Amino acid sequence: MTDTAQTPVAEPELIACPQCDALYSAVAPGPGERATCLRCGTVLIAPRRNAFLRVIALAITMMILMFGATFFPFLQVRVSGFRNSSSVFDAALAFVDGPMLPLSVAVAALIVLIPVARAGLVLYVLVPLAMDRAPLRGATIAFRWAERLKPWSMAEIFVIGVAVALVKISDLARVDYGPAFWMFAALVVVITLQDGYLCRWTIWKALDKEARK
Amino acid sequence: MSHAAPIETARDRGLVACTRCTRVWPMGQERCSRCGSPLVSRRTRSLQRVWAWLFVGMICYVPANIYPMLRTRTLFMTDESTILGGAIEIAHHGSYGIAAIIIIASVVIPIGKFIAIGYLALSLRRQVRLSSHARHKLYEFVEFIGRWSMIDVFVVAILSSLVQLSSVASINPGPAAITFALSVIFTMMSALSFDPRMIWDFPEDTTA
Ligand SMILES: [Zn+2]
Ligand SMILES: [Zn+2]
Repeated sequence: MTDTAQTPVAEPELIACPQCDALYSAVAPGPGERATCLRCGTVLIAPRRNAFLRVIALAITMMILMFGATFFPFLQVRVSGFRNSSSVFDAALAFVDGPMLPLSVAVAALIVLIPVARAGLVLYVLVPLAMDRAPLRGATIAFRWAERLKPWSMAEIFVIGVAVALVKISDLARVDYGPAFWMFAALVVVITLQDGYLCRWTIWKALDKEARK
Repeated sequence: MSHAAPIETARDRGLVACTRCTRVWPMGQERCSRCGSPLVSRRTRSLQRVWAWLFVGMICYVPANIYPMLRTRTLFMTDESTILGGAIEIAHHGSYGIAAIIIIASVVIPIGKFIAIGYLALSLRRQVRLSSHARHKLYEFVEFIGRWSMIDVFVVAILSSLVQLSSVASINPGPAAITFALSVIFTMMSALSFDPRMIWDFPEDTTA
């Protein structure tokens, strides 16, 4: 951890639960343990050993997988001799005709662009911290955006959508999985793991200018 | 975590908390010096935004159910199905599980969300039966589950890009796809505008 307490007076930092405003003095629990709000149960601090390195590795994996998952064929459909294969990119462009265009943009953002942007922002913030360097310019803005975009990253929901879509056309056509399907499934696992390792409080503390004078 | 026996809030101590990075600052400070987020002790003003987003979300949900979500064209027939119609069709084919997923994601969750957000917003102004704890659980659930309503929009996107087999079969999106997506996005904005800290401000339950 980069947090080498240079401040001579160990004054405990006061924090408040974002969900219920309960006030606490922050005491970092041991790695793997979690400090939760006593009133509403919100997880406040959850440090993990080597969390920065793991999150970085997962973010890089995610970007590579997303690249493959977006452009390789995702699903292939066959009906009496005719065939068509589709990539995630095609699915995002499904609404590109006329009035549906904004929907295409939204779908592309929700399933590809926002997850990739979040991974990129997290890398920008964490790589210097993991190397024990000062954070890059604008790192706080970058991490704030990574957090803000979180509810809008919907790759995992897309995967359930695929399952539903397959059942819907099962009596109309034969469907084969392409390589991108498995990449996308792996991607969802990676995103879930990444969010599990990411302790917001630890990162904000590491980014704190006062703490690292 | 150390704390005094009765819960003391940041506001009780004359402090304002940053909801992004949890750090507290003296009341009156406008931006968090650590992460740069705007600081407001209670986002009371945003309650109007909660109602506004909720209202447009509900309005968009009406055409989403009336107009077709999917237009399926095969050699023998053309079929337009609404959200509910599509789910019933799937159930007829025997896939009850999938039909249930669609009904839950596209009907139960959106309608439940309208009611839940409306209830939570109203509960800040008057005495209600549910405790702060129960209402906070409800809020967390609404925030977690809301995104999953997007399933049906993604299904339409996948099918429309996949099933394009010239004259044999083709599937195209209907107008409901866009109004439904808007409804989900607006209700998510509504839930995100809600400040859960206000749920706890007048705790009627001293136990627990
Ligand atoms: Zn709390
Ligand atoms: Zn902050």
